[in-house]
Amino acid sequence: MYEEEFTKIQVILDKLRKEANAKFVFLVDKAGQQIASNGDMRDIDTTSLASLTAGNVAATDGLAKLIGEKEFSILFHEGEKDNIHISIVINRVILVVIFDERSSLGLVRLRVKKAHGDLSDVFKDVLEKSDQRAAGKGQAQSPFAEITDEDIDSLFSE
Amino acid sequence: MTFINYAAREINCKIVYYGPGLCGKTTNIQHIYEKTNPNAKGKLISLATETDRTLFFDFLPLDLGTIRGFRTRFHLYTVPGQVFYDASRKLILKGVDGVIFVADSQEARLEANIEAVKNLQANLKAQGYDIQKIPYILQLNKRDLASAVPIEMLLKHLRVKNEPYFEASAFKGVGVFDTLKAVAKLVLNDLKRT
Repeated sequence: MYEEEFTKIQVILDKLRKEANAKFVFLVDKAGQQIASNGDMRDIDTTSLASLTAGNVAATDGLAKLIGEKEFSILFHEGEKDNIHISIVINRVILVVIFDERSSLGLVRLRVKKAHGDLSDVFKDVLEKSDQRAAGKGQAQSPFAEITDEDIDSLFSE
Repeated sequence: MTFINYAAREINCKIVYYGPGLCGKTTNIQHIYEKTNPNAKGKLISLATETDRTLFFDFLPLDLGTIRGFRTRFHLYTVPGQVFYDASRKLILKGVDGVIFVADSQEARLEANIEAVKNLQANLKAQGYDIQKIPYILQLNKRDLASAVPIEMLLKHLRVKNEPYFEASAFKGVGVFDTLKAVAKLVLNDLKRT
């Protein structure tokens, strides 16, 4: 993912958080890696959140397949104060919205739907670019082509 | 798939510890957690049963520092080893970049090791990976036990592609970091080709 798409995603997440009156919004890939986030997340361990979300979605996907469904595209967890709304964008990335009593499930669902359209466009661009890059392999040099064993050893030196 | 965020200059890699029940996958991760500088590690999450058997996965994020200006993060996962959790094991392999197979050196567990290697190959295939191509390390754990069988015997039955192997005693912390470092090297070297 490059700067241009990353910025677009940030704008979409910021808009979604404000319009849905949510506390915190983030995007994670299906393997549990966080892609982008928006909102005050000082008290949240976002890495764990990303990994557990992906685990949750993967388990739910497994359940869906067991009963003959393609996927459950929306998951909702309701708490006493905070709630989590999880949805899947173009079958690749997971959009998570955390909100409290200042918002409502209906509002979140409505705004998430709008954000899905915007995010899908961005991710289609990302995929196209990455396909183009793969097709024109060798033209753009990967920044990792030059990694040496010493570079890797130095990561473990402490 | 390694997730490289060029905008935030981060590389995120997913490493999965695989192996039969009670072979020491969680013990490996716990040792890494205990011995890692607090700034470099996140929270260790264990989704386990009341009897400390892994139910879904253990998860440990590690921040190893920068390489060529990119922050390098490793996400370590274990799978539940017990046979009947196969559906969960398959899910955890999604998006994996490197696999460590933790073998239990005790004679009584040889069959279970062999079954687990077969299971790993099948589950990797189900997720679209080929064990012959993916970064893969074999760890021979519990070498400190008297009931451990000779290394040659384990290698004969468990090795799938002449992969590097390490002797370990995760309980005592022996060989744990060597194994992790070896898989990290394979994964990062793999990036050169992409």
